[in-house]
Amino acid sequence: MKEIFTPDMKLSDMLDINYNLVQVISRMGIELKHSGLRVVDACAFAGIDPATFILISNLYSFPDYAPSPSEVSSANIHDILRYLHGSHAYYILVALKNLEASFDRLVETCDENQKNVILRFFLDYKKELEKHFALEEEEVFPYVESLLGGKREEGYSILDFEEHHEDVDEKMEDMKNIVMKYLPDVCEENTKMWVLLSIYRLRDDLRRHTYVENSVLVPKVRNLENDGK
Amino acid sequence: MMESRKTVILVIPSDIVARGLEGILVDSGEFVVEDILKDLSRQAEARLKLIDPDLVIIDPSVLDFKSRKDGRSRLADICDSIVVAISGPGLTEEAIRQYDGSVSLYDNREDVLRKIRSSMESRQSEPMVSDGGELSSREKEILVCVAKGMLNKEIADKLNLSIYTVITHRKNITRKTGIKTVAGLTVYALLNGLIDMSSVQ
Repeated sequence: MKEIFTPDMKLSDMLDINYNLVQVISRMGIELKHSGLRVVDACAFAGIDPATFILISNLYSFPDYAPSPSEVSSANIHDILRYLHGSHAYYILVALKNLEASFDRLVETCDENQKNVILRFFLDYKKELEKHFALEEEEVFPYVESLLGGKREEGYSILDFEEHHEDVDEKMEDMKNIVMKYLPDVCEENTKMWVLLSIYRLRDDLRRHTYVENSVLVPKVRNLENDGK
Repeated sequence: MMESRKTVILVIPSDIVARGLEGILVDSGEFVVEDILKDLSRQAEARLKLIDPDLVIIDPSVLDFKSRKDGRSRLADICDSIVVAISGPGLTEEAIRQYDGSVSLYDNREDVLRKIRSSMESRQSEPMVSDGGELSSREKEILVCVAKGMLNKEIADKLNLSIYTVITHRKNITRKTGIKTVAGLTVYALLNGLIDMSSVQ
């Protein structure tokens, strides 16, 4: 299982196994035109560590992939941050924007009341998610950078931010179920389907994202925190 | 020592998987595999009833897709065992969640045992309610209170119920609707006309 993706594989073969990896490729800064290259060579172009790229691809593709301690400790933390940062940019600038536009289309046929109820729920969710990303971008990542620079801030730990993920995932599940089962009959079936697919995709992507944070970033930062002591 | 070992029945059609798992369980010294069943036929059910093992490990692919989401309650009708599922493709997270635990084909020996042990400890005795059903009038009443932002204690006082009963109702509401958060439940109540916008804030 663990040997499915290897650094001497061609990127295009990895994509044939799991085409959702186009997301990972782009977030790591690899250009699609390099997909014909082996992972090591494409990573050299983008200036990233191939082993870290493989690790993230495994975590992204296999929900119960458990990275070994050595995979975690040898992963390049700058590349991990690059990936997480790229994911945030994608969620905010692409995924949530598109989803909002689809929601607008979805409620076009509803009456004013229903429209308000549905859109408010979505916008609250969106706001919460953006706040969560902002927290990571403005507090967590700079904290990690400062640890890497050898500075340890007192009274803060990476464990503090881990908990928030669950709430966000619960709201997402609710949104999925509402769109799937409880929208007014006037909502157009094709739009509903499209929104539902977008929600599923975003949900899965967010879960993978959280998984990378919890299984790689958090233990790595824990090590840094302990080393600094 | 023999008595402390847990009895297990495997309901797994694949010999490769069944024999592999049997090896892991028996080697650990904590389990005795009483039988390996290939399906949930009537004979298989009879075996389960007769042995009533401490633990059943099931590959949900023995159930057809339609009955897969009720797999756990079907087994509950047969025996009182803890049931652990083998997760695999074609099985949604929701379907997995009904079981007392799950193991993956790609877990290593230690993880398999650890997961099985922890599911045996975390046995819950909540009544099973199948999802997707209509809310009862009591549940609707409680849902409206939740949507209005009331806390469990306030709801219990208002409807003259124990907090415990309110919590059970709320669990059943969530199980039936698939909605967990207050924000989500409020949307459900509004879209179904149980309350109007003016009473939510």
